[in-house]
Amino acid sequence: MTQFLQLGIIGVSLGIVYALIAIGFVIILKCSQAFNIAQGHIVMIGGYIGFTFLVMGGLPLWAALLAAIATAMLMGLLIERLCLRPMVGQPVLAVVMMTIALGFSILEGLAILIWGGQYKTYSGVIPTEPIRLGEIYIPAATVIALILAAIVVAVLMLFFRYAKIGLAMRATAEDEQVAQAAGIRVTTVYALSWIIACVTGVVAGILLGGEAGVSPYLADIGLKAFAVVLLGGLNSIGGAIVAGIMVGVAESMAAAYLDPLTTRGGLATIFPFIIIIIVLVIRPYGLFGTRRIERI
Amino acid sequence: MSLASGTFNQSYAQDIAILRTRTQRVILLAFLALLFTCPLFLNDIWLHIMIMIGISVISAHGLNILTGYCGQISMGHAAFMAVGGFTSAILCTKVGFSFWAALPCAALFAGLVGLVFGLPSLRIKGFYLIMATISAYFIISWLVHFQLTDLTGGVFGLPAPKPEIFGTVLRSKASYYYLVMIMACLATVVAINIVRSRVGRAFIAIRDNDLAAEVMGINIWAYKLLAFFIGCVFAGVAGSLLAHYYAWASIELFPFIDSVWYLGMLIVGGMGNTTGAILGAVAFRLLDYLVIILAPIIARDFPAVGPQASASLSLIIRGLVIIVFLIFEPRGLAHGWGLIKAYFRLWPFSH
Repeated sequence: MTQFLQLGIIGVSLGIVYALIAIGFVIILKCSQAFNIAQGHIVMIGGYIGFTFLVMGGLPLWAALLAAIATAMLMGLLIERLCLRPMVGQPVLAVVMMTIALGFSILEGLAILIWGGQYKTYSGVIPTEPIRLGEIYIPAATVIALILAAIVVAVLMLFFRYAKIGLAMRATAEDEQVAQAAGIRVTTVYALSWIIACVTGVVAGILLGGEAGVSPYLADIGLKAFAVVLLGGLNSIGGAIVAGIMVGVAESMAAAYLDPLTTRGGLATIFPFIIIIIVLVIRPYGLFGTRRIERI
Repeated sequence: MSLASGTFNQSYAQDIAILRTRTQRVILLAFLALLFTCPLFLNDIWLHIMIMIGISVISAHGLNILTGYCGQISMGHAAFMAVGGFTSAILCTKVGFSFWAALPCAALFAGLVGLVFGLPSLRIKGFYLIMATISAYFIISWLVHFQLTDLTGGVFGLPAPKPEIFGTVLRSKASYYYLVMIMACLATVVAINIVRSRVGRAFIAIRDNDLAAEVMGINIWAYKLLAFFIGCVFAGVAGSLLAHYYAWASIELFPFIDSVWYLGMLIVGGMGNTTGAILGAVAFRLLDYLVIILAPIIARDFPAVGPQASASLSLIIRGLVIIVFLIFEPRGLAHGWGLIKAYFRLWPFSH
């Protein structure tokens, strides 16, 4: 039982990060109908940015976070303006190819160019002593992840409810042409959706980097987060959070209980991909997504 | 397709011919003659590039039929190549097949695996299918890496003996070049004829609007799976040729990023165009060579960039090329090639 709970906690902490990555994806998809395959690479770059400010810059945690968020905003703005703006109105395949090229070659290449593509750890910067709760240990990184994720989600909820531009984003997600007719600048909304996605991605990257270090392989975590996106339903932010925790827990349980059944293990790393296939075959629109109805 | 001025179709045979004018035949013959005499005057580096081009052309044809014509985006192409490569290596090393028997088996098995992972395409499309094929890559590479290690040799891979013909082993680069180029020419002929047949027209209808295609009486279920099967058969042949070229099958020959590059070849060459697949494969492999030449120069002139220059530059340059083509010429090199041909067809009257 203790082991079960412990695995659950590890899963939840992983799941929160998955949820953060998925939220960025969902916001871009809702606002600009672009499938952002590069989200995992934004997370990886985020991990390196965190490393730069925390370890190389030696800033305290809060200052490093603010600096990283500012950098993330700039990154989002640049990506949207240079790569995605020219693709408005192009077929879905072209936009997807753009984000694939952006992530798998440009961002990955930049990570290798700037940070040497090496494995970096934040050792000593983020506290590591676990908090004891009866028989169960909760890693400090998990607590920080929980707090940060809660802050991000709360800020986003308030932003979408009360800020004028947040309302504009919701209107654009509902119906782009009507929003445009009502005087909303849709291009600003697109740019903002990329900025938000980059911020959540970079925060997720710093959380992952704090737990296990950064390397270009971190981008694969972004690919796994697509299991979350699909399970939660492509256009549901609440679904992303619930599904994130479900996938995280499922992955950590698979590592403990299913791996001994296979000959050489490694099942945990591909378990999210198995979830993707199962979801796609059984319920392609996810748990909370809108069911698509197609007409000619 | 418009004809050169003064050329008219006078029979059905003329109407369906691929080569219609004498100029086309002469140019094609000259090209083939050049292609098959290359090893006489090319050095080993260029032969290596040409072999890689040939293998990429075969693979790109497969992805072009699947993605360019049928509209089913696949990011698992490298995995299907790996299936082909490992199947033929296992058949040759463990079962004792000759290369010539292993190659068709590898192609067939890659096609069957493609069918399995194509099954989700019956209910989903677009982004969902990308996810399904990405998952396919990781599941297949996990099976190869961790599970079927008795067969595949796990991380180390297993030897894939060089093919043998009439008692002589194709050990030199030049001899392997002929094998690859013959296969590439065959693949091109097959690809051209698939896409202009009933099957190819059905693929195009599904790509343009699958619901409308179904209403018109096209069996989407069968044709989508057929597209996956054909695409993966091409990938299997290419993967088998690649493994036997290096005489060793290992999962590192088929990295995930290759799936991205094959899609990139289609973007650069022109999606849904057989000439485009060839042009894209050639352009991409030449780009590789350019990076290999350029990277040391950049590393020397900008020491700050350091030793990782070559790895990062090859990624960034290829990505930039894809992005530039997506923004400025989404129809790819094939469109430019078509414009040049149209110019000469109408020459000397340009209007």
